[in-house]
Amino acid sequence: MPARIGVVTFPGTLDDQQALRAAAAVGAEPVALWHKDRDLHQVDAVVLPGGFSYGDYLRAGAIARFSPVMDTIIDAARGGLPVLGICNGFQVLCEAHLLEGAMIRNGDLHFINRDVALRIENNRTAWTSDYEAGAQAVIPIKNVDGRFVADERTLDALEAEGRVLARYLANPNGAARDIAGITNAAGNVVGLMPHPEYAIDELTGPAGFIENRRVPGTDGLPFFTSILKSLVSA
Amino acid sequence: MARVLVDVMLKPEILDPQGQAVQRALPRMGFDSVTNVRQGKRFELELADADPATLRATAEQMAEKLLANTVIEDFKVTVLPADAGDTDNRAESA
Repeated sequence: MPARIGVVTFPGTLDDQQALRAAAAVGAEPVALWHKDRDLHQVDAVVLPGGFSYGDYLRAGAIARFSPVMDTIIDAARGGLPVLGICNGFQVLCEAHLLEGAMIRNGDLHFINRDVALRIENNRTAWTSDYEAGAQAVIPIKNVDGRFVADERTLDALEAEGRVLARYLANPNGAARDIAGITNAAGNVVGLMPHPEYAIDELTGPAGFIENRRVPGTDGLPFFTSILKSLVSA
Repeated sequence: MARVLVDVMLKPEILDPQGQAVQRALPRMGFDSVTNVRQGKRFELELADADPATLRATAEQMAEKLLANTVIEDFKVTVLPADAGDTDNRAESA
């Protein structure tokens, strides 16, 4: 039986279909989860996708964090369930205090929709084990509240514990210490502002010569192959 | 009915790009004396059957849990006097 990867849809979610498609692309069984349904339907991992849950009213991710499905996910994540928060999903994980820090408005106040080059700093998580250590990956960002911030002590702790997951090679939004993603200590909960689910296909992913490297358009795929391998071997 | 104000501001050490944008716009209108702008949020809460003894603590819990993200924001709770500024509403509901 293939591993089941659940993708939550909140009101205002945009990228649930792309995340489901990415799960299917690596051979997992994609399972749609609904924000009002506490039942996780026996999924082996969860993706909190991008978008503007609840209109991002109050703060990005602030209201989604209190939805019924998140009660279950927060408990399960503390028990080891792999959870990947992409963009708005990362904001939800921060609001839920499963990850440190917060996201504020981009430095130039613009909505930025661009392919960005990342360096994968930690390939020991459930979601990044298929990357080489220090690998580069070109993955799109599309957000307006994408600037990661935390106090200096938290940033120092993230660095010291190797919990910076990925950094921008060229910081697009003023994110503290060029941070594009972080992981929790156990490596099962990962948050990432860029969208790996939009970089899984040579036809539609960001491809070409970027940062002096031939980019195939599939640089985001290892997020999904990594989780599949970690579930199969679990 | 009790009324409570909750003011939420980004912590001083967190850069406020929206406040900066406003700050840059004001001199273009001739307001040359502005040296700093910080932008925040204000919640006006009305509470029914609130116990005056626990009102402040209740509002602080609401701010802590939802209204503010204390990772990046500070909040200030102000409990308004029972008859402050709502005489019109009272006349209507009477």
